Amino acid sequence: MSTLGITQEPPQSKRTALQVLPPPRWIDGKPSVQRVTEEIVRPLEQWPGKEWWMCFAPSAGALALFLIAVNYTFMKGIGLWGLNNSVGWAFAITNFVFWVGIGHAGTLISAILLLFRQQWRTSINRSAEAMTIFAVICAAQFPLIHVGRPWMVFFIFPYPNQRGPLWVNFRSPLVWDVFAINTYFIISLVFWYLGMIPDLASLRDRAGTGIRKKIFRILSLGWNGSHRTWSRYEIVSLVLAGLATPLVLSVHSVVSMDFATSVVPGWHTTIFPPYFVAGAIYSGFGMVLMLLIITRSTMNLQSYITMRHLDMMAKVLLLTGSIVSYAYATEFFAAWYTGNLYERYHFINRATGPYAWCFYLMVLCNVITPQTLWFKKTRSSVAFLFLVSILVNIGMWFERFVIIVVSLHRAFLPSSWNMFKPTIWDVSILIGSFGLFFTCFLVFIRVLPMIAMWEVKAAIAQEGHQAASTHHADRELRKEVVNA
Amino acid sequence: MHKEFVVATFDSPDDLISAVRLMRAERFRIYDVHSPFPVHGLDEAMGVRRSRLPWATLLFGVAGLLVAIGFQFYANVLDWSLNVGGKPDNSTLAFVPITFELTVLFGGLGTVAALFLRARLFPGRREELAGLGVTHDHFAVVLRKRDQTFDVSRAKMLLTEAGAERFEEMEADL
Repeated sequence: MSTLGITQEPPQSKRTALQVLPPPRWIDGKPSVQRVTEEIVRPLEQWPGKEWWMCFAPSAGALALFLIAVNYTFMKGIGLWGLNNSVGWAFAITNFVFWVGIGHAGTLISAILLLFRQQWRTSINRSAEAMTIFAVICAAQFPLIHVGRPWMVFFIFPYPNQRGPLWVNFRSPLVWDVFAINTYFIISLVFWYLGMIPDLASLRDRAGTGIRKKIFRILSLGWNGSHRTWSRYEIVSLVLAGLATPLVLSVHSVVSMDFATSVVPGWHTTIFPPYFVAGAIYSGFGMVLMLLIITRSTMNLQSYITMRHLDMMAKVLLLTGSIVSYAYATEFFAAWYTGNLYERYHFINRATGPYAWCFYLMVLCNVITPQTLWFKKTRSSVAFLFLVSILVNIGMWFERFVIIVVSLHRAFLPSSWNMFKPTIWDVSILIGSFGLFFTCFLVFIRVLPMIAMWEVKAAIAQEGHQAASTHHADRELRKEVVNA
Repeated sequence: MHKEFVVATFDSPDDLISAVRLMRAERFRIYDVHSPFPVHGLDEAMGVRRSRLPWATLLFGVAGLLVAIGFQFYANVLDWSLNVGGKPDNSTLAFVPITFELTVLFGGLGTVAALFLRARLFPGRREELAGLGVTHDHFAVVLRKRDQTFDVSRAKMLLTEAGAERFEEMEADL
């Protein structure tokens, strides 16, 4: 080595090439493009395994419970629930806000991370987007059943009618909500479907001649991988991501205005929109983490949904969980600092009143739990992450419960103070909504490609290309050093 | 309408790009390239211009904005004004959320509709070239045989030199 003249510096440009870190690999085991299709499609073409049935059976059971409970509610009216004159919003609205929030992670992963060019989104975006759609479907059930007369629900849409025409009140955040949720649902659905077209074409070309072929032929719109189409398709994906990004931020902001535009202590705060958005992303990532842990083990996709993906998601949980904790602290600070008597009472009551246990459960799950994710060790344990994901979901459900019920049960008039006690129907509908969500998701991972094959293939090709050029630069440099 | 094409298939994106470059350097026009995923660098190699579809987004977005703000103003001010808490009929600020949502909705749906129209994607369209594995793991360069002057043997020679593994002449609706 000493004869090579180590002091001699290699040329500047080549040296930088050496110092560049190899690009992170998000897929394990360097599969070929061919193997990607095989491995992702294989679970769709086989009879589902035991693990899948073990998840599906309780989900379908819970879905049946949902149908029974909702039917019975329609027959008897919402007097079946624990609502009363003081607490007129409770489980239904809590569940609504919870489910809408869950949806946000899907759009964050598919749109915002696309704009930020985060490669790790590629193998998880499809299932996260599907999750968004199912979560919004679950969320939409609750306003429908909460109105008590679901056959009148179309009154909320401004359509020409024989009552004047009497239009809806466009100043009402509840009407904004209708527009926000519907737009969000439609745009998410379109984004999800658009992203799936190339993969549906792959499925079509693998299918024989049966009904599968026919269905995929219709759904894939004659896609044949033309590069001129790909070029436009990528631009359109970026445009949609650009539209979906402010949309996702607006949706939970509008949901938060259902509360923030009122005068109830605990609701009437300007911090709500960003606080709700951070909470939504936090809870959504909790749910994505849970679903991906289930998916990778029931579908044997550990090499596509790797520990590095779980690690990244845990880091997002840590970040958004910290933002949520900060918002909690700000709320308490503002209640003290503004000197508003009612606001101050509300927050004292939140921490010491009859529902204090909900508050402390929320703090345990949303403030303390994410802080355990500072350590590499905790982030690399699947069992621990699964536990965290469950706690995050419990915590975020209780956050909405605390905001809604605790604010209403001690409002301005002490004579109307009242407690809310959920009935068996409240609880059945809540559990049932999880049944609806998980059933939809489990069916999805059985019938549609739950990993975006074309994006994984593109990422593999890109990684191979980069690795080759780094390797090439490295070899050139060695040659030069030896020659010198 | 069916046209005549010369199609060469490749099994690696790098061969594909060098083939496209070679063919263009040899003054062949690339009709299209088919691939299971968007191959980066192919836009430049093929000389594809950047899509103008974002203009459709702008157009539809502006339409959504005007429809939303116009309709809310019409309903609340002109057609049937409703006194809610003494607020002014034209509460423009309160119209912002719905206006924003409809701008995004129109913009998004319009862009996708424009893509489907431009790329001729619709349910019931027959998939062409699917047998070549272009939605699985193969890449295809398509040249159009416009008339008798198209030199098939020369194209074949160049493409084979660039690493084509299969070569065929076909009629298709592309």
